[in-house]
Amino acid sequence: MAAKNFGHAFFCAFITLIISYPIIGFNLEAQGIDVTLTGADTTTIVLVLLAALVVFLFQLFRDQIMGALKRVPMPSSDANKEPMAENKRAKIESWILTGIVVFALFWPFFVSRGSVDLATLVLIYIMLALGLNVVVGLAGLLDLGYVAFYAVGAYTFALLSQYLGISFWLALPIGALLAALFGLVLGFPVLRLRGDYLAIVTLGFGEIIRILLNNWTTLTGGPNGIGGIPDPTLFGMEFGRRIKEEGNTSFHETFGIAYSGEHKVIFLYLISLVLAVFTALVIRRFMRMPVGRAWEALREDEIASRSLGLSRTAVKLSAFTIGAFFAGFAGTVFASKQGFISPESFVFLESAIILAIVVLGGMGSQIGVVLAAIAVTILPELAREFSEYRMLIFGAAMVLMMVWRPQGLMPMRRIHIELEKQE
Amino acid sequence: MLVLEDVHTHYGKIEALHGVSVEVNKGEIVSLIGANGAGKTTLLMTVCGNPQATSGRVVLNGRDITRDPTSTIMRSGIAIVPEGRRIFSGLTVEENLHMGGFFNTKAEIRKSQEHVYELFPRLKERESQRAGTMSGGEQQMLAIGRALMSKPNMIILDEPSLGLAPLVIKQIFEIIGQLREEGITVFLVEQNAHQALNLADRGYVLETGKIRLHDTGKNLLENPDVQNAYLGG
Repeated sequence: MAAKNFGHAFFCAFITLIISYPIIGFNLEAQGIDVTLTGADTTTIVLVLLAALVVFLFQLFRDQIMGALKRVPMPSSDANKEPMAENKRAKIESWILTGIVVFALFWPFFVSRGSVDLATLVLIYIMLALGLNVVVGLAGLLDLGYVAFYAVGAYTFALLSQYLGISFWLALPIGALLAALFGLVLGFPVLRLRGDYLAIVTLGFGEIIRILLNNWTTLTGGPNGIGGIPDPTLFGMEFGRRIKEEGNTSFHETFGIAYSGEHKVIFLYLISLVLAVFTALVIRRFMRMPVGRAWEALREDEIASRSLGLSRTAVKLSAFTIGAFFAGFAGTVFASKQGFISPESFVFLESAIILAIVVLGGMGSQIGVVLAAIAVTILPELAREFSEYRMLIFGAAMVLMMVWRPQGLMPMRRIHIELEKQE
Repeated sequence: MLVLEDVHTHYGKIEALHGVSVEVNKGEIVSLIGANGAGKTTLLMTVCGNPQATSGRVVLNGRDITRDPTSTIMRSGIAIVPEGRRIFSGLTVEENLHMGGFFNTKAEIRKSQEHVYELFPRLKERESQRAGTMSGGEQQMLAIGRALMSKPNMIILDEPSLGLAPLVIKQIFEIIGQLREEGITVFLVEQNAHQALNLADRGYVLETGKIRLHDTGKNLLENPDVQNAYLGG
């Protein structure tokens, strides 16, 4: 068994050696105006040799190791178990979900400000991922420029508040609708495209928006971004120590409690929670409606869908528009949370992370996507102690995930729609 | 019912149909036969509006549909069983059928579903099975069943015998005959000329984008040219 891998393993170890030794082992040191090449010290050489040995042993016993990995029990291997009765499970699920939401409502009052802040970020990513899930998971349209709609939502609020003094609550629907409009506009030219081509065009669109924001300095402030974005208010009550706007009252004075910076953080968290739940419910509703089935049908087979009289235009545009709408939502909340936005926040990496959340969670599955959003946002924070290695850990976790569960954390179970039986 | 008048269709600059005229009357089975690349599928696709005819007219039930978008055409009482079946392999049999009745009410869907199960008892057995896991013949039955779900008065079949065992082909053709009894007009496009002409009231022979022959199914079967070219002499 091991013998047949010997040659391959030796080759891999050799490659490791000749790649890692020059990269880690050689140092360029400046001595005056000269640069001299110095070799590595003994510990580094030992480490490189050790790494080569690890690679050698892994390749030698690869079959056994991968076989053992396959036998590791899956976190939830309910795919093999007898499924519970549809309505019974739905009932249990809805109870559990309600429980989680209620818990999430009271949770911020007992934890630190930092955790609440992080949780708000998680909720924003949940909104984004749920929105992208419509486009990628349900309609099967690979969108690599999703962050553009997020940016549209955020900048809409920032610009409206800066130039017109519009408040968060008014900007929220405007931002979402404007993002939806952008989704519609992007949808038209890409109607005929599929797969790789679609991915490239959406990627381009995402970059156009970012570069536009970066270079239209007179309007957006360019790379300097926009600051001083107001916080949301609760029925005209502000959460700051002092009232910024005429006519508003302040939260702590109205309720006669001492001022605390935490109020604002918790309030933002609660807003995000309500919006995230709203997003999930609305999209769930869409999935049960004919349009949801049309998305899936179009993803499965475009020609068949068209032969049944489905309009490709309407189905694709609706997916793009609805997905973009919720990105706009998330963007507005994000702008309000940060108080400052710049094009830096809307780079391609963001799109990639949101897409990774959708894929990790299991395309089309809402619960899976929510879990993945939590994991992907929190994991880098937890790994912060490993400082520069945290992205490495993050990447490794993703790779392992895809090896173990390529279908995602919680693969999608399509909602079964019963025709009520008439006797 | 369906009339094509001097239809020309282009793919880019290449003309695939050079003025084709075909007529399908109510209650008939009309077969269109022809070799590979003769333009059979192009003709069907032109009826569906994808691609649209560059000149000539396509008339369905007295209405000119030449310039209508595909989605409109497919909702006007016509259903197509596309070449290669094209069922939704990830959905169950029942869900596939429901997709076929997408624009109908739930009550109508329920009724047509029962009707389809009567025609194909096999589908009833496989109701909650994933469609992609069924055999080719069953998938073809599902594709026909799905097309029937919209309660069409005309059904177009593109190569329903493609890649199926002779016994299954026989079954499929029996069902097609049954559809005529129910008053559904059938436009059948086939390479399997013998079976198709045997069943058909009338037949057309398409050759490199032109209608070469047009006669009753029986006459075409006896025509020496057809025998030589399509029935293996």
